[in-house]
Amino acid sequence: MDYSQFGAMLPELIILGIFLLVFLADTFSADGSSKKFLTPFTAVLFLLGTVAIWIVPSCGEAVFGGMYVDNAACKAMKCILNCGVFICMLQAAKWVESDDMKMRKGEFYELLLVTLFGMYLMISARHFLLFIIGLESASLPIAALVAFNKNRYESHEAAVKYILTAVFSSGILLTGLSFVYAFSGGSLYFSDIAAQITTGEMSGLLLCALAFVLAGIGFKLSLVPFHLWTADVYQGAPTSVTAYLSVVSKGAAAFAFFIIFVQVFGQVYSAAWEWMMYAVIIATITVGNLFAMRQKNMKRFMAFSSVSQAGYIMLGSMAANQLGLASMMFYIFVYVVSNLGAFAVITSIENRTGLVSMDDYKGLHKSNPYMAVAMTLAMFSLAGIPPFAGFFSKILIFTSVTGSNSMALYMLVLIALINTIISLYYYLLVVKAMWISADEPKIAAFRSGACERVSLGLCVLGIVFMGLVSCIYQYCVSSVGASFFLALN
Amino acid sequence: MGITLPILILALPLFMFLLLGIGGVKMSRKTAGVLGILGMGTTMTLAYIVAFTYFFSGDAAFINAEGVRQQLQVFDVTWLAFTPKLVVKLGFLLDPIAAMMLVVITTISFMVHLYSWGYMEHEGGFQRYYAFLNLFSFSMLGLVVATNIFQMYIFWELVGVSSFLLIGFFYRLPSAVSASKKAFIVTRFADLGFLLGILTLSYFTETFNFIDMTSNPMNVLAETGGATFLGCSVLTWAMVLIFTGGMGKSAMLPLHIWLPDAMEGPTPVSALIHAATMVVAGVYLVARMFPVYCVVDAAMNFITVVGAITAFYAAVVACTQIDIKRVLAFSTISQIAFMMVSLGVARTYELPGVHYGGLGYMAGMFHLFTHAMFKALLFLGAGALIHAVHSNDYTKMGGLRKYMPITHWTFLIGCLAIAGIPPFSGFFSKDEMLAAMFGNSWLWGAWMTMVAGLTAFYMFRLYYLIFWWEENPEYKHHRPHDAPWQMSLPLLILAAVSVVAGFIPFGELVTWNGAPYHIHLEAPVAVTSIIVAVAAIALATVMYRKKNPLPSKFRNAMPGLWRAAHHRFYWDEIYLFITHKIIFGIICNAIAWFDRHVIDATMDAFAKVTQKVSYSIRGFQSGNVQSYVLWYFFGALALAAITWICLL
Repeated sequence: MDYSQFGAMLPELIILGIFLLVFLADTFSADGSSKKFLTPFTAVLFLLGTVAIWIVPSCGEAVFGGMYVDNAACKAMKCILNCGVFICMLQAAKWVESDDMKMRKGEFYELLLVTLFGMYLMISARHFLLFIIGLESASLPIAALVAFNKNRYESHEAAVKYILTAVFSSGILLTGLSFVYAFSGGSLYFSDIAAQITTGEMSGLLLCALAFVLAGIGFKLSLVPFHLWTADVYQGAPTSVTAYLSVVSKGAAAFAFFIIFVQVFGQVYSAAWEWMMYAVIIATITVGNLFAMRQKNMKRFMAFSSVSQAGYIMLGSMAANQLGLASMMFYIFVYVVSNLGAFAVITSIENRTGLVSMDDYKGLHKSNPYMAVAMTLAMFSLAGIPPFAGFFSKILIFTSVTGSNSMALYMLVLIALINTIISLYYYLLVVKAMWISADEPKIAAFRSGACERVSLGLCVLGIVFMGLVSCIYQYCVSSVGASFFLALN
Repeated sequence: MGITLPILILALPLFMFLLLGIGGVKMSRKTAGVLGILGMGTTMTLAYIVAFTYFFSGDAAFINAEGVRQQLQVFDVTWLAFTPKLVVKLGFLLDPIAAMMLVVITTISFMVHLYSWGYMEHEGGFQRYYAFLNLFSFSMLGLVVATNIFQMYIFWELVGVSSFLLIGFFYRLPSAVSASKKAFIVTRFADLGFLLGILTLSYFTETFNFIDMTSNPMNVLAETGGATFLGCSVLTWAMVLIFTGGMGKSAMLPLHIWLPDAMEGPTPVSALIHAATMVVAGVYLVARMFPVYCVVDAAMNFITVVGAITAFYAAVVACTQIDIKRVLAFSTISQIAFMMVSLGVARTYELPGVHYGGLGYMAGMFHLFTHAMFKALLFLGAGALIHAVHSNDYTKMGGLRKYMPITHWTFLIGCLAIAGIPPFSGFFSKDEMLAAMFGNSWLWGAWMTMVAGLTAFYMFRLYYLIFWWEENPEYKHHRPHDAPWQMSLPLLILAAVSVVAGFIPFGELVTWNGAPYHIHLEAPVAVTSIIVAVAAIALATVMYRKKNPLPSKFRNAMPGLWRAAHHRFYWDEIYLFITHKIIFGIICNAIAWFDRHVIDATMDAFAKVTQKVSYSIRGFQSGNVQSYVLWYFFGALALAAITWICLL
């Protein structure tokens, strides 16, 4: 075997290396110490790793007999995920120093890195076996993360719900894949399957396979109707983990979804799964919105908001072309900073006061004006109000969908637009609570820690400038253009 | 030319805006003032380097072997690519007019920065003021170097915003607030036309880029083809709509109503924005699109007529105003209209009986340059007077020449320049413009010569009423004196420039196609205009040098005309009648009813249904994992089944 092929897996190796270093440092540091060095150590290492991944050019060729590929587009996706993970780490810095977490913070970082490793494999896999390995290693450790608050009952309940649903969805996904296997004549390579599945032979089995694969990945994306676990798990999990679940895990699943559906099932796009996705996207955006309207708990609120956002993300897959992938990448990047901006505020408030209800945010601008401004910007960006980044990401993803000039797709964009108005209502509820409500603030003024401030600052910078500075979107487009791998009919 | 200097010219004011805007709260006045002045001084130096390199280095990139100056895009980066066709770019275009405007804007802006240090010393919000000045300078510089019409539009709006902020700087004064609103709404209304024009034009040409459009205007004409709308060709519509934006910013009739009120802002702001730079943006726009305008005769005639009427109207009104800043404001309107006419009469192709070769273009740009200098001088002088007397009203002044010698002499130089007396700069540019107008038709020449006479008359009326006439008895209690050095220095510099600027060989530098234009004084035109100006000054001297009953006699001889002119021919009243009585009173009531009972009701119903649905589906989220999984499984099956059925 040619071991030099491992050189092509540089991003994975870097993450694995960081994981090992953190693990060793954690294990061999003195038992009684509070391991203060661990957070800066991990963060700096991770930052360096991210820069290395970004700078080193990817080889672009399939290795290990075509099971694995790392090209410019994959690299860009991985870098976007890394940004999310880095901000999550900074946000968690305060929480991991709390009394019952101090001893276990190493585990927290290790679990984060392992899941990230799995997501990298999901993106780079060109063989379903490797994909499943990635998916599972991105999925199982999350259950441990959700249960991280040992002393909270809700945390355990959420973890159990997560693991049960995850196992079930893996079962469905594998069933679907076994149908696919039946079609492909005994191969699990993406390219082989794509060659076998052509428009000519539509059958109930193929449709079932498509629906099951869609359901399996849709679980991670929390697409309706595979989303029911979302709210309970998001609410029960420690808030830093919720933030991670809502952006990084979702982003990776969306990328994997796009790659699989366009590369493997691209031939039956217009014949079959375009209409499946059509229905799922409408259901996701609408149902997510309808539930989000009624939520009072901020974490549940963000859960349903993220369900609805997942629908917008998947619009990129409806375009199923280069522009679709590029605008989807940009949308996810913007969503990462906007959502994490909101979570940064929720986390730091919860860490200090334990309050997570929307009513508790009333009059926040009097006690914590900077927090209120950041939260407002995040809400504006999520709702897509110009000139913030969310507006640009929405408009770009809408243009990519309408590019093919089909009336049905125009209708889809129209429905998405109407839903944007509904979403404006509940995003503004938060803003209203913070700025307009006349009540005395329940949350006393506090000074947040350095890490939290940096993470919030990064998010605000992203929200304000990401849309205006066009080179980010241009980078997405060029990275996709440089490494596109499919031809649609 | 590298891209460092051009980028710095834009980045430095923007950076200073952010620095003073965000960090200004924590700075002392002195720090903020010094920082602002140093920043603008550096920007000015950089702009001079760029402009001088462009004009005088003789580099092949700037001037070709035949001596024709080139248009050069220093950089042009893609900003937003919405679709492959709809791409917004940002860049830096260097050509004769852009280089000239860089010099004008940074010079005046620097003078105003320096002057404001003295003028605004006792005002609150000093740091905010400097931040806004920098925002304005940034926007204006971005406007003149725009490589495409969309970039110009973006900066055009930014300029409008900074003008709004600066007019309303004294936001505790209700008059300042309403003036800023008025300026913003009127110019914004005009910009709607601009935007429609841009969209119409670029729909046919499929480009926003200036060079693409202007290098081959016949192509533009061909692309719009024979499409017509309401009897006019689409290109005519587009160019007239684009000009509408220019009418708003440059205060052409009937969109001029905001400029006199804009004088509520601090006087240095009036000098910078409402005399020298922003208000000439309309002229600049026409100059920028000049080759395209040239192929649309109707649009050129429209520009000429609008300019000619405005010039005369504003000159008449200026003769009757009491507030010295309003006199200067109407004078500005009139002078800008002069430039518009000059552009409007310029032709670049042969027509029977019409002079061609783009003299009007060169003359208009020349006048833009000299006018910026002497009008800024006059405004800053007016600021010094207001600073000394604490009033805008000339009835509170009179006989000030003994008390304020520097202000007096510099103001006199400004008046001589604008009146067109040789050898002051205004004479040369005005003479070229009049020659261009006579070259087009004797009608425009004669008409504008009359306006030039009126200009000399009202400027010297103002001069005598301020510095001669009769001393205000209050001077005994409160003796007026010249302004501090920060304010006097800019006056002296600008006065010096106003004296010598006429000798700049402008025809060699700025022409419509870059090829040098050899200026020769047209003796008949020059002599006529000098005679008219001297006669007008003599008349003003007789009427206003010493206190006498002659002015009131004139007024009583034609009371109706005087009152109408004093009330600016009731334009504001007409606007108020139309907006309040007709639009708000009649049309809006009906629309409001429709809005409340139809649109709101629909929206309410929509919201109610959404709420109901939201309430009724809450059972989904039972918290029960078994049911979650059930939904999951049947959801997946249903998806397959429905697609199956649909495909059958």
